[in-house]
Amino acid sequence: MNILAIDTSNQPLSIAILKDKELVATITTNQARNHSVTLMPQIANLLSSVGMKPTDIDRFVVAKGPGSYTGLRIGVTTAKTFAFTLTKELVGVSSLAVLADGINEEGTMIVPLFDARRGNVFAGVYSKAGIELVNVISDQHVSLVGLLEQIKKYKRLIFVGSDSHKFKKQILEQTSKEQQVAFSSMETDYPQAYHLGLLGLEEKPVEIHSFAPDYLRLTQAESQWLEKHQGEADEAFVEKI
Amino acid sequence: MNNQKRELILAFESSCDETSVAVIEDGNKILSNIVATQIKSHKRFGGVVPEVASRHHIEQVTMCLEDAMAEANVTYSDLSAVAVTYGPGLVGALLVGVACAKVVAFSHDLPLIPVNHMAGHIYAARFTSEIKFPAMALLVSGGHTELVYLPKENEYQIIGETRDDAAGEAYDKIGRVLGLTYPAGKQIDEMAHKGSDTFSFPRAMFKEDNFDFSFSGLKSAFINTVHHADQVGEKLNTDDLAASFQQSVIDVLLHKTEHALNVFPVRQLVLAGGVAANQGLRDGLDRLISKHTDIELIKAPLKLCGDNAAMIGAAGYIAWKNGEVAGLALNADPSLEFEWFDEER
Ligand SMILES: [Zn+2]
Repeated sequence: MNILAIDTSNQPLSIAILKDKELVATITTNQARNHSVTLMPQIANLLSSVGMKPTDIDRFVVAKGPGSYTGLRIGVTTAKTFAFTLTKELVGVSSLAVLADGINEEGTMIVPLFDARRGNVFAGVYSKAGIELVNVISDQHVSLVGLLEQIKKYKRLIFVGSDSHKFKKQILEQTSKEQQVAFSSMETDYPQAYHLGLLGLEEKPVEIHSFAPDYLRLTQAESQWLEKHQGEADEAFVEKI
Repeated sequence: MNNQKRELILAFESSCDETSVAVIEDGNKILSNIVATQIKSHKRFGGVVPEVASRHHIEQVTMCLEDAMAEANVTYSDLSAVAVTYGPGLVGALLVGVACAKVVAFSHDLPLIPVNHMAGHIYAARFTSEIKFPAMALLVSGGHTELVYLPKENEYQIIGETRDDAAGEAYDKIGRVLGLTYPAGKQIDEMAHKGSDTFSFPRAMFKEDNFDFSFSGLKSAFINTVHHADQVGEKLNTDDLAASFQQSVIDVLLHKTEHALNVFPVRQLVLAGGVAANQGLRDGLDRLISKHTDIELIKAPLKLCGDNAAMIGAAGYIAWKNGEVAGLALNADPSLEFEWFDEER
């Protein structure tokens, strides 16, 4: 099976082509540039560099969040449109899982995280059983303090992602002496779409039309509205005219 | 001899709170025009919330694409090009349509045509009648109020625009003051027909020799009148308030439009944009143009005044015929504008 994997969930942009578990081609850039401008030219280049056409891809795998809302939408719209317009498979994978999959250490809790601002993070907890990635605590939008509370029972931890270094001081202060805490190195700080492709190979394809990013957070307008309108029946907010 | 091949444009529009995909034949025939509107959602917040709009677009866009292709009964190999709105509008919303259009164009080896949303509004009138050049367009919507000179096909030059609020924006704001639900334009139009212009609100910029509009003075006068009445416990006739407001807006629009028609010798006047559905404005322009027998007035069909992809397909067809093609690096441009008219050129 030929896979095209796309991760635009944060500043880095990573895409990979896989033939089953084998890497065919990949490119990762880490620049403060607009994914809207760079993603499609990069996909076109990567495909042509290995003599492939979009129709040769059987499955499109995308990092579905959490992450930057705009970045996620560019990646997810691109992947779902490819799958729909070429009648191929679509798979979404947690963007935190992609980061976690880069760490190959058994017996350690892997904690990928993204800065969600104002003391909050997007984070999940994973572990490795052999080469298999296991989700221990679901991805969530949580305060850093709350996250450290949830994981205080784990003796060995590795925090993963370039954002984890921003919180290093706070993490070291708020974890106990019994806990062994490590941080990802430069090569595992950024998502690699090869790992995304591998994870996507294992998952079941999703229904294309309704597929949307996992933002893990309501918009402010919606959460304020929900507070005032609790228990109201769900109605369709978008209608064809 | 073979029949000439029909040219089909697949068009995408997602600049604000409507997700729309259409298939247009030869720039003037609608084979399909699917519109998914988010009005119900944004009504909850009293206006369009950009992040919410973007989230809805991504849930709708491939469904609209599927419906548009099915209703038009065409396949990708029948298409000549893919057109997409890349600005102006809400950046997050625009990006969904742009990303989707790029993938469709790339996957099926079709040229990608970038379309200015405002050119789309002008070309909504193409479904009423052919556009003859030179022409003048009066564009009135929630975000824009401008006079655009069209010297020839595929050329758009602004000669005047609003210096503060767009006309549609003013409608929404005074709608809020009157306690109407968003969007209030249609309701104010209906109320205006029941009332009469008794308040004589100001008409801005009447004396200045330019083509610019202003509605903030009118808006303030309206709000002050209502607040003052509230304070002294006086009950004002809301139909008369609506009629007075609307008459002031229309007078300003008509005055500047007539000034433009006197300065620019054009064959047609095109009325377009969301507020072009306003009955008071349509009637007013009919009266104005009856004095200019050499100028033809064409109005966008009522159901194509709001945002839709059919109009993007019509404008995209013209852009495509004129060789405008975008690369895969096409980005959304939230503040895209036509160039300004320059007498020197
Ligand atoms: Zn519009």
